[in-house]
Amino acid sequence: MNARSAPPQTSAEAKIAADYVGARLSLPGGHAVADLRDAAFDAFMAAGFPTRRVEAWHYTDLKRAMSEALPIASPPSATSILAQGARLASLCPRMEDVDSLRVVLVDGHFIPALSDVVRLPQGVALHSLADALAHGDAALIEALAAPGLGQGDAALALNTAFMQGGFVLDIAAGVDVVHPIEVVSLSSSVAAQAIYGRSLVRLGAGARLTLVEAEACDNGSIEQRNCALVCQIADDATLEHVFVPAELSQGSTHVAHLLASLQSRASFNSFTLARGGGLVRRQVFLRFDGDHSKAQLAGANLLKGRDHCDTTLIVQHVAPHCESREYFKSVLDEEATGVYQGKVIVAPGAQKTDGAMKSHAILLSDGATMNNKPELEIFADDVVCGHGATVSQLDEDQLFYAQARGLPKHDAEAMLLEAFVDESADRIENEAIRAHVIALMGGWLAARRRA
Amino acid sequence: MLEIRNLHAEIDGKKIINGLSLTVNDGEIAAIMGPNGSGKSTLSYVISGREGYTVTDGEILLDGANLLEMDASVRAAKGVFLAFQYPLEIPGVTTMTFLKACMNAQRKARGEAEFSTPDFMKRVRAGAEKLGVPQDMLRRALNVGFSGGEKKRMEVLQMSLLEPTFAILDETDSGLDIDALRIVADGVNALRDPKRSFLVITHYQRLLDYIVPDTVHVMSKGRIVKTGGKELALELEANGYRDFVGEAA
Ligand SMILES: Nc1ncnc2c1ncn2[C@@H]1O[C@H](COP(=O)(O)OP(=O)(O)OP(=O)(O)O)[C@@H](O)[C@H]1O
Ligand SMILES: [Mg+2]
Repeated sequence: MNARSAPPQTSAEAKIAADYVGARLSLPGGHAVADLRDAAFDAFMAAGFPTRRVEAWHYTDLKRAMSEALPIASPPSATSILAQGARLASLCPRMEDVDSLRVVLVDGHFIPALSDVVRLPQGVALHSLADALAHGDAALIEALAAPGLGQGDAALALNTAFMQGGFVLDIAAGVDVVHPIEVVSLSSSVAAQAIYGRSLVRLGAGARLTLVEAEACDNGSIEQRNCALVCQIADDATLEHVFVPAELSQGSTHVAHLLASLQSRASFNSFTLARGGGLVRRQVFLRFDGDHSKAQLAGANLLKGRDHCDTTLIVQHVAPHCESREYFKSVLDEEATGVYQGKVIVAPGAQKTDGAMKSHAILLSDGATMNNKPELEIFADDVVCGHGATVSQLDEDQLFYAQARGLPKHDAEAMLLEAFVDESADRIENEAIRAHVIALMGGWLAARRRA
Repeated sequence: MLEIRNLHAEIDGKKIINGLSLTVNDGEIAAIMGPNGSGKSTLSYVISGREGYTVTDGEILLDGANLLEMDASVRAAKGVFLAFQYPLEIPGVTTMTFLKACMNAQRKARGEAEFSTPDFMKRVRAGAEKLGVPQDMLRRALNVGFSGGEKKRMEVLQMSLLEPTFAILDETDSGLDIDALRIVADGVNALRDPKRSFLVITHYQRLLDYIVPDTVHVMSKGRIVKTGGKELALELEANGYRDFVGEAA
């Protein structure tokens, strides 16, 4: 751990170094995970928080946003759990027409007492990260580390060093989980805090799962979230994933990593609805390890005020005959900033890769900014890959047409914007969950219309 | 009654409407003909409240109320309707959804109860049938991929559902086949009412065989240069504009 002696660059980094030394062995997994944590910690300390000088962070200065490192949330007390249980229904109402199995996290920690653990069907195993790591299972530790995904990313390294909370969900081979699993994440504390969660979802061969991650945060306090979800999808397995991050308060930072790997003939469909709230960095690292697999990363970003939302994707086609789709829609109002960076890498052996990437943004004000940076790195010769990115305004002619038919201007705008963003949500396969997401987007647009 | 008095309007620093005066009485069908670029569509936009035009002088009154003070949606609720020369495509919004939103927005603005879904559906279905608009078109995104004639028909359907008091038809006949022209004209004639007036912009006398105007106005260089009865359209058809456009200069 030589980097511990290297001079930390900021007080936040110094605080993190001190926290790590204190927490190192009491973090979940103890000695078995210590090497992994130490290596990650060293990597983080060597690099520090990413700045705009790091290419992958060109539009998001995390070092500047992390002017201080907040205290790390401890597992909630029994009373806090009771209190969270009491407000769960109102804070995070159940999705309409979706009979989901709920997994509840409080401050990043899995709370079985609030979760639908008894309803979990055969072939579905769910443990807290700490319990799963308690056995020191080398395969599990390796899976959590997600080797080759997000390598060199300092924010991910920080998550690896501090990972706690979170869950491990295993779906046995051949199991079709009929009810969606809905991970509901609440914040209990009114004090400013940092949350480092890491969760792992493994689908055995031929398994099928719909996973929703819904975060809620209503306490108005500043949070520094740095959470990761690792998805391993075996041959012929299908995972649909919908992520709705919390709208944190201004001054918060929210780094959400998704690390996915697919074996052969697997399918992964992931959608993220980001509604801003401080600085949001969504980063996805996805790799096709097996042939004839399909992945779609889609999302909608609805941003206003001083929201900053950065979506950065790296998709690696290692195996041949795979199909990747990226499809993002952004609406930016007021002073909001949006970032879309998508990189599709096609390795020499990944012949017959079919890749298409799109990012479309509408700016509603002169103060809003969208940065689009789609990239292809192709080392195979027999592939079909393309990308497109647009930044535009609402179409004046369409707006006038609707107004001339009687729609007040704000309603006409909302109608056009809804049509624009719904196109991304249309990619969610589960109909009821799609309707839920569309309703959430409609809520954002309606709030804007009233403003 | 629509009264336009000495209207002057410009866009992007270019003066397009030049002291135009026009009165259309209740129940009247007024036709406007005029060379390309004379400002007919611009006039329709200024009446219906499109942003971007600066009215430097004059006024537009609908039943005595000053339209120029209202935004487009308020004018629509007051009864102004414009059938566009080039109807817009609205991707992602089905025709049904659009119609319902517009009809109910107007009703709300007038303080009337909104239509229930079944009530609305009944009206739309009946209206579509009369104009030969297939039901499946109502489930498609508005005007997206519609043929030129289908778009025009959809404009007339919207007009019949919104029941305006002052309707402008900007070259609604262009792009229509012979049968469609008759259907659309029948649709307009069915809406004729002592309380409703029309401003029909067209290049062709043929439309006026079906929709017989009470008055015909010739527009040139942003003003009305000649007003007459329906026989004026025949005269224009025979001789062109050369007798009139000179007067405007
Ligand atoms: N935004 C604009 N800036 C400058 N000039 C414009 C603008 N919009 C329209 N014009 C000009 O104003 C004039 C009138 O246009 P308008 O579309 O009203 O004519 P019109 O009588 O409807 O013609 P047509 O019979 O071809 O439909 C044209 O010369 C046109 O080029
Ligand atoms: Mg015109």
